[in-house]
Amino acid sequence: MFDSLSDRLGKVFDRLRGRGALSEADVREAMREVRTALLEADVALPVVRSFIDSVTAKAVGAQVLRSVTPGQQVVKIVHDALVEMLGAETAELNLATTPPAVIMLVGLQGSGKTTTTAKIARRLTAREHKRVLMASLDVNRPAAQEQLAVLGEQTGVATLPIITGQQPVDIARRALQAAKLQGFDVLMLDTAGRLHVDDALMSEMQAVHREAAPVETLLVVDSLTGQDAVNVASAFTRQVPLTGVILTRMDGDARGGAALSMRYVTGQPIKFAGTGEKLDGLEEFHPQRVAGRILGMGDIVSLVERAAETIDAEDAEKMAAKMAKGEFDMNDLKAQLQQMRKMGGLGALAGMIPGMKKAQAAMAQSGMDDKVLIHMEAIIGSMTPKERAKPEIMAAKRKIRVAKGAGVTVSEVNKLLKMHMEMAGAMKKLKKMGGLGGLAKMFGGGGLESMMGGAGGTPGGAMPSMADLQKQLGGQLGNIPPNLFKK
Amino acid sequence: MSEEAQGWGAKLFSGLRKTSSRLSENLSALVTKSNLDAATLDEIEDALIASDLGPAMAHRVRERLATTRQERGLDEAGIRAIVAEEIEQVLAPVARPLEVTGFPRPHVILVIGVNGSGKTTTIAKLARRFQEEDYGVMLAAGDTFRAAAIGQLKVWAERIGVPIISGPEGGDPAGIVFDAVKKATEIGTDVLIVDTAGRLHNKRELMDELAKIRRVLGRLNPAAPHDVVLVLDATTGQNALAQISTFQDLAGVTGLVMTKLDGTARGGVLVAAAEQFRLPIHAIGVGETLDDLRPFDAGELARAIAG
Repeated sequence: MFDSLSDRLGKVFDRLRGRGALSEADVREAMREVRTALLEADVALPVVRSFIDSVTAKAVGAQVLRSVTPGQQVVKIVHDALVEMLGAETAELNLATTPPAVIMLVGLQGSGKTTTTAKIARRLTAREHKRVLMASLDVNRPAAQEQLAVLGEQTGVATLPIITGQQPVDIARRALQAAKLQGFDVLMLDTAGRLHVDDALMSEMQAVHREAAPVETLLVVDSLTGQDAVNVASAFTRQVPLTGVILTRMDGDARGGAALSMRYVTGQPIKFAGTGEKLDGLEEFHPQRVAGRILGMGDIVSLVERAAETIDAEDAEKMAAKMAKGEFDMNDLKAQLQQMRKMGGLGALAGMIPGMKKAQAAMAQSGMDDKVLIHMEAIIGSMTPKERAKPEIMAAKRKIRVAKGAGVTVSEVNKLLKMHMEMAGAMKKLKKMGGLGGLAKMFGGGGLESMMGGAGGTPGGAMPSMADLQKQLGGQLGNIPPNLFKK
Repeated sequence: MSEEAQGWGAKLFSGLRKTSSRLSENLSALVTKSNLDAATLDEIEDALIASDLGPAMAHRVRERLATTRQERGLDEAGIRAIVAEEIEQVLAPVARPLEVTGFPRPHVILVIGVNGSGKTTTIAKLARRFQEEDYGVMLAAGDTFRAAAIGQLKVWAERIGVPIISGPEGGDPAGIVFDAVKKATEIGTDVLIVDTAGRLHNKRELMDELAKIRRVLGRLNPAAPHDVVLVLDATTGQNALAQISTFQDLAGVTGLVMTKLDGTARGGVLVAAAEQFRLPIHAIGVGETLDDLRPFDAGELARAIAG
């Protein structure tokens, strides 16, 4: 199986890092690898060409700054070009209009429109306290309207009552009327999946668009999409004025090749990334982070944000206070494990942490899964309060007792103790580095760049390397509990 | 039948036209040149990449073109023929329709795939086909996860007129599958088609659930499932290879169906998949109605890709 994009680029740049100077031949060789990697990652061919051209032009003859390796310099150029192509800023939904603000979702069959409709509705309700009405215009797929109704019940969002046999344009009109009369802030229209070569359905979509006059017309695209992304994007762009793109199934192992293609062809920002079947699986699309993720730098910021949303504020404060003192006992570890499970389990976390991609693969291979977290909790649960507060008193007899209590082997108990020791060690190192405050500021405030500047001390504004930061932390970054970064 | 075949052929070709014309644009440009230089070969390779063959497979076809050009002076048609021939050679060995062979009955077909690939619609189409061949068909609504998925399959079952075994939403799919096999065995149904929830292949818990469904099937009938059909979306790119690999390891895929070939997506990844996995390709989906599932024809797809 081919390597994912970040692995591939990682290999290329590892090799470049090992050399003293960056020649044109080096750049071209790297770009060949980048090209293949991008194609394997399903970035559309015209997009790949444009990307490679611009990056090659920038990389050849570029001044290599002092104190960075040529490889790092290329990483920065590639990273910047990726960010530029993905769009520099996070795009928000534009709801500034006389209510109801209509949001219309369009796309191919099976791209994830209905689920995404419910996710956006839930988000607008929960975070922005909007009153949202959802309506399904899908009269083609059996039970599509019922599906949205069920999702409405699950999320507590109102849905337009179904009238069997009513046609899409009429449903849109009825929905608009209902939204106006009942004072909804937002009306979400979930449309039927349609092929971009299906003229009848495409003109139906235009008719609905005219009727509903949406402020946001969002194209929903599967992030697993291949070369066809270009055709789909350009066809939909021609038919209706798109205002944005939503990429679904970003929790899959496709690394976002379609994101590049979509951004390039539609010229519209990618507004959200769908991450999972659960209805809270919707994140803002951050071009900076995705570029970083593609380059194998991990998606630390998303991780921190998700942690912030999941973690109880009071707990976090208590924890932060303890950590600031460099304390970290078994009770804290247990709390961490529980939070990890809440945040979507090991797999979801590992994918976001830089340098953890290999660990993720190893985890999958060794059959390590979320049960491990449960086992660890069971082990801690079998300890006495004294043992939890002072794990160093765990002698052989205590270990055997705990193992029996938790239904695991002694070696598993040992593993947990070792993990705890490593984490506690990382805490102490962090304390030396200036404590939590500094780190939290780095993550919360200035984003990646400043984080790197602060932690790695990489001068010259060069592309910072996560490896440097990891070195600073004694390679323990992967073990640091996520809510460490919570303010 | 022949008229019908023309109908679907036309449909497929209308979808493929875009690819063909793109490729022929590139190929037409070659005719004026006496020799295939590297730049021209690059163009062909790129055209194949744009059909989702993937960089490695496209490169193989290119290499073949580079060596055959010495043998005879190739015109445009010759180039197309060679491109098509190369692709067909890869695809032909894996073209194999889905047959009802399981004995004792029922022949159990487990249908799996990522979310939105078209499993439920494909099941309805398969059911219709088997019914037309005078087999007794039963459906099992094993997708208890997605909202209204059971309802969707029920609507299809009603339209086709086949029995369906279902349980509550959120229930244990393995239980429903158990009931379905039991019932189908009792009343002597020929084919039992089992729907499953869409799942990304990197979600371990969901893949474990598939393994459980397999175990339960095997408990009542050691030979079941006779077929494990992976449904692939033609718009999917190279990630389809990762899907096949993982589903094969964890769910024992025995064959492929590719859907949504009526768009502009070429499904060229099937060529790469055929070479890499050698799994049978049973059928392709070319539309949303019940008759839009067709046996896979290697030559047809190869010619369509080559223009």
